[in-house]
Amino acid sequence: MENNPIESLINSPITEGPIMEDVRHGEEGYVDMKAKMATKDLTVSYAKVQALKGVSLNIYPNEVTALIGPSGCGKSTFIRSLNRMNDTISVCNIEGQVFLDGENIYDPARDVVQLRTQVGMVFQKPNPFPKSIFENVAYGPKIHGLAADDEELHGIVLGSLERAGLLDEVKDRLNVPGTSLSGGQQQRLCIARAIAVRPDIILMDEPCSALDPIATKRIEELITELKAEYTIVIVTHSMQQARRLSDKIAYFHLGSIVEHGETAEVFENPVDERTADYVLGRIG
Amino acid sequence: MTELAFKGPSAEQLRRRHLAEKRFRLFAISSVFLGLAFLGVLFIIVAISGADAVRQAKMLLTISLDVDEFEEGKNSNSAQISKADFEGFIKKSMRSSFPDAKTRRMKRELSKLVSSGAAYELREFILTNPNQIGEEITIWVTASDDVDMLLKGKLNRDLPADLRQLSDQQLLWLDQLMEQNKLEMQFNWTLFTKGDSREPEQAGIAGAMIGSFYSVMVCLLISFPLGVLAAIYLESFAPKNAWTSFIEVNINNLAAVPSIVFGLLGLAVFLNFFELPRSAPLVGGMVLALMTLPTIIIAGRAAIQSVPPSIKEAALAVGASPIQAVFHHVLPLAMPGMLTGTIIGTARALGETAPLLMIGMVAFVVDLPTTFTDPATALPVQVFLWSDMPETAFAERTSAAILVLLAFVGTLNLTAVILRNKFETRY
Repeated sequence: MENNPIESLINSPITEGPIMEDVRHGEEGYVDMKAKMATKDLTVSYAKVQALKGVSLNIYPNEVTALIGPSGCGKSTFIRSLNRMNDTISVCNIEGQVFLDGENIYDPARDVVQLRTQVGMVFQKPNPFPKSIFENVAYGPKIHGLAADDEELHGIVLGSLERAGLLDEVKDRLNVPGTSLSGGQQQRLCIARAIAVRPDIILMDEPCSALDPIATKRIEELITELKAEYTIVIVTHSMQQARRLSDKIAYFHLGSIVEHGETAEVFENPVDERTADYVLGRIG
Repeated sequence: MTELAFKGPSAEQLRRRHLAEKRFRLFAISSVFLGLAFLGVLFIIVAISGADAVRQAKMLLTISLDVDEFEEGKNSNSAQISKADFEGFIKKSMRSSFPDAKTRRMKRELSKLVSSGAAYELREFILTNPNQIGEEITIWVTASDDVDMLLKGKLNRDLPADLRQLSDQQLLWLDQLMEQNKLEMQFNWTLFTKGDSREPEQAGIAGAMIGSFYSVMVCLLISFPLGVLAAIYLESFAPKNAWTSFIEVNINNLAAVPSIVFGLLGLAVFLNFFELPRSAPLVGGMVLALMTLPTIIIAGRAAIQSVPPSIKEAALAVGASPIQAVFHHVLPLAMPGMLTGTIIGTARALGETAPLLMIGMVAFVVDLPTTFTDPATALPVQVFLWSDMPETAFAERTSAAILVLLAFVGTLNLTAVILRNKFETRY
């Protein structure tokens, strides 16, 4: 009974000492200059509830960084603070810093709209606009004036659909509503929409949780392909998916990162007991 | 464990449950039918009593247009024609048809069979056909409201003469006219083309219809943009703090304020302070806009809330500014709900009487209004005015005006349904 993993998870107090020192990759709060994005002591609270407690993490270019952990541990809050989507929640209070190419994105002078063109996002539930497939992808480039004329716009849309691996399936029906596609296709449409504005980073908040295994496989292949051009941060509940996809992994627990590092290393040789329970499938 | 297993509800329990369900369904269906029945009865009563108003008794007169009666004879211009004694022509024609009317009293009774509006009808006829001067013409003129009532069977011949609107002698003449086919029912164009009048046979609802139309236009033009923008701001941009919740509570309160209070506000602010014209559809529309505004804001906010937040997030995530996200994505999806709220609010404004009484749109207006600042009245006010009139003929006209008002409201509601179905997008 003493080794019951669930017991140990529930009983582990978050304030317990050595968590902070146990992390891999140097000391906590260290911002690596090679990182594409980095957070330093990021604390986010909704009204009186603290969702993130001083999280520091480096996200490296052209890698997939997976965020794992039980529900309510702050993964989604973390990913949403990387492109300031939390700004839309009025009770949300953010402290600490988030760097993109060495510049703090929470600097008051920083333009949020410009930031979000650099840091795209794909959501848990596919959310295409109730407009045509073409309009869905063309919307971003249109409002940012990325295309000089209709022809160029068409090129951007087709290119984005191509890279999202959706073009072959929809090229004959670009005018049908995006909402009429299947769930997996809708999610790829959302990815196409995100890459149409040429971001550097794509954030994905459980992109496959609403999809069947085949559609999930398709998205996973796509993510692996996109890695060459983009930096990807993905939240997932599937250990297998995290293991298959990611280069780096961070395990969140009750608003803090308990452990992070190379994926293979974390899976094969977890330092923290809670991480070990979680990634080795002893709980969940 | 097996002994304690739940084997489902007992037969008695099931029976009671099914009974409760049946009972509920019966109550629900009967209340729906009761509601429909009341509506049906109301509508049928109004329709039956209003149907008579579309017909009006007309009398065929033979009139000799004596050249000497016109200033320049056959060459008279419009102004000169207008000076002629048209009433005299009609009296003369009546007397020649019934030479037995000798005494003053009989002559007066005879001329009372024709509406006082007949002289205007004759004038109109001659103005459009000046070549008829000097000829003998036959023309259908409007009969008086008592004759109209008699022909519609609403005047009891069996009553003693002093309790009837028509004397024995008048009835005799009318019977003779009917035998000669000189008295018949025709479509009542006056009802739909003329303004108000003290004489029921000359009264129409055109003035009230135009007044209502102008008022509702002004109301829509003011309240729709203001209401939609206020709803968008409150729902999507305003910070959530004590101030905004105070404003929210007050908007909800405003929606419940009795309409006559808005009329008082209009009287005090628009008329007494800004000195805008009295009885004008412009001011009426402004008062109705104040009344409609909270309804539109509340409906608009509900419509915006019903748009999934994921749509707005999707727009924000591709770098749309908050205003772009709202105007490009949220607003189009919220529009059907907003339009429905607006039209329902407007339909209510269309049927509103009390605030219009306060700003003087209860006036007796004969001329048709042509601009937004002309004195006018509105359909519900017209109904209110006519329902107060002593003449029996006004009763059917009141019902007809109610029917027209209901048709207006019905059209607006139908528009709301069509717009909603047209713009509705699934997501």
